[in-house]
Amino acid sequence: MEHYLSLLVKAVFIENMALSFFLGMCTFIAISKKIEAAIGLGIAVIVVLTVTVPINNLIYNDVLREGALAWAGLPNTDLSFLGLITYIGVIAAIVQIMEMVLDKYIPALYAALGVFLPLITVNCAILGAALFMVERDYDFGESVVFGFGAGLGWALAIVALAGIREKLKYSDVPPGLRGLGITFITVGLMSLGFMSFSGISL
Amino acid sequence: MAGASAKQVLFEPIFSNNPIALQILGICSALAVTSSLSVTIVMCISVTAVTAFSSMAVSLIRAQIPGSIRIIVQMTIIASLVIVVDQLLKAFAYEISKQLSVFVGLIITNCIVMGRAEGFAMQNGPWLSFLDGVGNGLGYSVLLLFVGFWRELFGSGSLFGFTILTPVNEGGWYVTNGLLLLPPSAFFIIGLTIWALRTWKPDQVEEADYKLSRHKVKEAF
Repeated sequence: MEHYLSLLVKAVFIENMALSFFLGMCTFIAISKKIEAAIGLGIAVIVVLTVTVPINNLIYNDVLREGALAWAGLPNTDLSFLGLITYIGVIAAIVQIMEMVLDKYIPALYAALGVFLPLITVNCAILGAALFMVERDYDFGESVVFGFGAGLGWALAIVALAGIREKLKYSDVPPGLRGLGITFITVGLMSLGFMSFSGISL
Repeated sequence: MAGASAKQVLFEPIFSNNPIALQILGICSALAVTSSLSVTIVMCISVTAVTAFSSMAVSLIRAQIPGSIRIIVQMTIIASLVIVVDQLLKAFAYEISKQLSVFVGLIITNCIVMGRAEGFAMQNGPWLSFLDGVGNGLGYSVLLLFVGFWRELFGSGSLFGFTILTPVNEGGWYVTNGLLLLPPSAFFIIGLTIWALRTWKPDQVEEADYKLSRHKVKEAF
């Protein structure tokens, strides 16, 4: 239990997807002008990550990994080079399925998240989390915790940035720095703040 | 952009329509891989190659792709190309491929590649699309190399691994600036670069959301 807890804290704060690995930066900067939109996107990312990382974990461990196909009589097959195309396919498919399920059963949530779901397929945080999961060799339980934690960290970061930007639009920024430039500098300062978490040893 | 000349397509994205500074595409990898120049250059070459060839491939079959599944078709083409790049790097530049870790795989979701396939290659011929891919790859590379240059020079006192400013702990005089090796510095450098670029080309400046009213001095009574 303690192991999972420390993994969670690590995924949320110390190795924050957005602020220490810069994953999902494009959407992070493009969709952070309004707090409501940021919250919607953040929740969508949490849900998609919590579902896709464990599924990709199962696929990697039971199909792609070297020797994983021993049960099918192919003990020497190593399909790990197919990893990238499989993960992105799985992510695209799950996002599509989620969109349809939400539309049918939870229309209220669909109305809130609908516009963000297609964006998520090309959000590098999702694919990045799958690749980190493979690189760090997480087992199934760990991958559930890691997926959720990574999503939570990302959501936290985008909501915080949206809050800052809502205030920032009233300020007098030099013309050349307006918009994108000042956002980069703000994110830099936030990232600097998040680095203080790296002192926590678990 | 029908009828655009090849030269325009190739050079526009470098400064006038830079993918990172103006189109806000492909920022993720711009920040993560720029702490040393040799890694940066490998990343630039990979991204340029993938963008160019995927644009060309998408453009070749653009008449056959059904509209409703085009994203997944583009994704498959891009993912296959990235797998080729990944395997090549593992075979010939193993050390660098280790340093790049997940970021080679993340070229798939690099918005530049998708954005150009969707925004340009779907409407234009293969040769122009190829050039557009190269151009955008170059625009990305210019900014990345610029950021990487400052980060490596002042962060560890070297360029491409060769010592330029001898650091103090090797008996030299230069006190290395550790901040530049840390992730946040990339944000500052890109932010300042955008500032410089927009001062040079003022038409890229964004409109302010609110105008400040002029400060008025009330007369004393």
